[in-house]
Amino acid sequence: MLVTPLAKLAAFFVGLLLLISSVQAETSPTWTQATALFKQASFDKTREAIDLLAASNEPQVPSLLQALLDGQLYQHKQTDALALLSDKANTDLSSGQKLEAVKQDEYRKVPMNNTLRKYLRSKLGSLSLSSPDPKLRLASANGLLETVTPEMLPQLRELLSKETDEKVKAALDLAVQLASLSASDKAIKLASIQALNGNLNPAVRNKMTVLSTDADPEIAKAAKTTLRGIEDKAALSAQMETLFFGLSLGSVLVLAAIGLAITFGVMGVINMAHGELIMLGAYTTYFIQKLLPNFMDYSLFLAIPAAFIVSGLMGILIERTVIRHLYGRPLETLLATFGISLILQQLVRTVVSPQNVPVSNPSWMSGSLEINSVLSLTYNRLYIILFCLIVFAILYFVLRNTNLGLQVRAVSQNRAMARAMGVRSARVDALTFGLGSGIAGVAGVALSQLTNVGPNLGQAYIIDSFMVVVFGGVGNLWGTLVAGLSLGVINKFLEPWAGAVLAKILVLVFIILFIQKRPRGLFPQKGRAAGD
Amino acid sequence: MLLNNKLKKTLLAAGTAAALTWSSLSFAADDTIKVGVLHSLSGTMAISETTLKDTMLMLIDEQNKKGGVLGKKLEAVVVDPASNWPLFAEKARDLIEKDKVAATFGCWTSVSRKSVLPVFEEKNSLLFYPVQYEGEESSKNVFYTGASPNQQAIPAVDYLMKDLEVKRWVLAGTDYVYPRTTNKILEAYLKSKGIDEKDIMINYTPFGHSDWQSIVADIKKFGGEGKKTAVVSTINGDANVPFYKELGNQGITAETIPVVAFSVGEEELSGIDTKPLVGHLAAWNYFMSVDNPANKEFIAKWQEYTKNPKRVTNDPMEAHVIGFNMWIKALEKAGTTDTDKVAEAMIGLEVPNLTGGTAKMLPNHHLTKPVLIGEIQENGQFEVVSKTPEVAGDAWSDFLPDSKNLVADWTGKETDGKPCGNFNTETKKCSGQKYE
Repeated sequence: MLVTPLAKLAAFFVGLLLLISSVQAETSPTWTQATALFKQASFDKTREAIDLLAASNEPQVPSLLQALLDGQLYQHKQTDALALLSDKANTDLSSGQKLEAVKQDEYRKVPMNNTLRKYLRSKLGSLSLSSPDPKLRLASANGLLETVTPEMLPQLRELLSKETDEKVKAALDLAVQLASLSASDKAIKLASIQALNGNLNPAVRNKMTVLSTDADPEIAKAAKTTLRGIEDKAALSAQMETLFFGLSLGSVLVLAAIGLAITFGVMGVINMAHGELIMLGAYTTYFIQKLLPNFMDYSLFLAIPAAFIVSGLMGILIERTVIRHLYGRPLETLLATFGISLILQQLVRTVVSPQNVPVSNPSWMSGSLEINSVLSLTYNRLYIILFCLIVFAILYFVLRNTNLGLQVRAVSQNRAMARAMGVRSARVDALTFGLGSGIAGVAGVALSQLTNVGPNLGQAYIIDSFMVVVFGGVGNLWGTLVAGLSLGVINKFLEPWAGAVLAKILVLVFIILFIQKRPRGLFPQKGRAAGD
Repeated sequence: MLLNNKLKKTLLAAGTAAALTWSSLSFAADDTIKVGVLHSLSGTMAISETTLKDTMLMLIDEQNKKGGVLGKKLEAVVVDPASNWPLFAEKARDLIEKDKVAATFGCWTSVSRKSVLPVFEEKNSLLFYPVQYEGEESSKNVFYTGASPNQQAIPAVDYLMKDLEVKRWVLAGTDYVYPRTTNKILEAYLKSKGIDEKDIMINYTPFGHSDWQSIVADIKKFGGEGKKTAVVSTINGDANVPFYKELGNQGITAETIPVVAFSVGEEELSGIDTKPLVGHLAAWNYFMSVDNPANKEFIAKWQEYTKNPKRVTNDPMEAHVIGFNMWIKALEKAGTTDTDKVAEAMIGLEVPNLTGGTAKMLPNHHLTKPVLIGEIQENGQFEVVSKTPEVAGDAWSDFLPDSKNLVADWTGKETDGKPCGNFNTETKKCSGQKYE
């Protein structure tokens, strides 16, 4: 029978349709098998499914595995279809099409645990070594380091020659060296051991520790030398790290104490409510963040002036209503300010909540700056050290170069003489107290980023503030800076031996002994009438 | 001003009438059964304990809707001991002496429980303690509805050893009796499993500790020596928040050094950003994510009661649910609120738990509980990665030399006929309660 051209055309289109539909359905045997394995919802079967999919070359596999890693892989309870469900997009993974009107109840999440995640990460890593995104390439190169074998050398060398990104190049080079450590050729091994000298990556250190007990004496000796070099460098980095911790703790102490140094120095007032002024600054940050939830990253820039004003005004209020009437009576001032601190704490407990309030860190404050493999500086602490220095500089400028500063210094050195020269000492007192309290508020903003914000926040820092002021002396802002930073550094260097609590005790004992020798602190006020 | 006779008489009459009315009013109020709620509502432990107060109020409310118990309504007496341990004892005494509560549901930290223990024993009143703790105690007046170490700490360590092949251990805790004793038990257990002393690092910090830089850096170093390392955390209260933040900031993920916590649950996680914590673990006997009808019903009731569809539930809440339901059953069985009769009626009672099984009150005043290990998810919930059937709570750990021969039995069966909380099976003597 003759097959008419029309019939041929029809057959062609039917064939084409079948082809298209089969491509769209994408139910390859691997996929079906993997779907069945996922359905069993056991960690072992999921691992098998991962192996199966990673070995196949299907295009949807990387997105499926990435979804699984991110905890976004779901399976439909009836149809067993695999889908990616997330806040941003819902996709059917076999076709790659977007899913409309998804009901979460109809899907069951494919469970993952830590072991599986690690396994999957290494599988994805080898799949992403040639990814166009340099970040993915770096991540997968770093992921290889612990498990690299000599068999991977040709592939690694090829990738290294084609690599353009500096960081990825370094990671691949390290991988090549680590792989060569397990090579059978002794010369290659020795060359790699020498090349790895000074590399602080923990994978290198572990390999060297193993090799230093190698049967071959030459290799063992080379490994030992390299290991010693690494350990010396690591020890130095550890010291730098402790110094950084000390400076960051010290900068917190300085911020907390500097306001107190000003009020104590100028007016001789022992302000037990200083901690609560810090706490008010921290709560101001919370309220700013609550008012502007969409501007989290800029909230701190608003919170700093706001906290200064809030705490400053509270300070002026305290000075005008209570402290002014108790001038010259330090014990009564101490009691009165202690009472004010209790009032402020209870006020916050009643008006806000007795529990802690959540203050979030802006995104630029999370994470750390990696100097080398053993030394990373957390951003929040780094910024707070900088912030402390900036605040100190501003205060120094105010006290040295402004009219107010001149009057403050005059009143603190010799009140009677200053009054005789026409300085309105009562107004200066109020402004000084306001300034000191405002700085306390700003310190509260910094503290809100490091610690829990609750009504008891002030209690944790009042003792430390007095400690710094007493140690540093009240004559000079430098006293507070040096005292705060050195106390922080001493505390952190003692901590590894003595533990957190004992280190604090030892620092307090040290200050008590120091005060016996120099009662006026590190930088006492100079002059005949000073500090009577 | 002189009072003349008539005025005096009038005043006396008025005064007596007022006093009689006042006392009759208080007698009228006496027609309820009072329940003490002794949880910190402020201070460092408020983050964990406030929700337990709300749970008790909901349970009492629900029971009252069913008609109360023994023909009377229940009345909650809520006090705030403010995370202040000596204040716990004072408040407990007030609850028993002044408010005349029939039983108290309270405490979280072991130090608060140790503070109130002498009060409850002296005044012979009942305490239901809902939190996982270190064991080494069994009191006639306390019912421990939380996990003892063999129902939480030991199974968690087993999971880490077997499933995650952990070889080096960091035991980090807050500095008080619960972490100290638990770490003693765990150290003995690890050594019995062949772990070398230099592969165990132990560290204690004060309550509310916020500067975790050096400690987390030490953990990083300890874990960077090639052997798989894990942290077993008995850190309590709001010190957990900066601890987990610092872990995240220093780049420690659950895949490199997993942290299994015993005092961090859904409530503690609801206040922090959980993205850097995904994969870290907790060991409890209940998780909000457990999928079964009893749990779903409880969560729905709770979210309706607190008018917050995002409010979470956690293990100590389930312990209060079990404890309260058992207490009601015991009251009905004993027919009275008398402490001794109720305590006797409690033993052997079974009530359903919220994970699909049942909890039974054992003669040592502990429960049977399943052990669940969960991994933190991005939404602050836990994904269960391991589950056991019900384990009987052991008050006296078999891994400490001082306690492996001790047994607690308030029916007297295992203790030579005389009910005793710490009976030595070797010397056949019953030593008294230790209060420290």
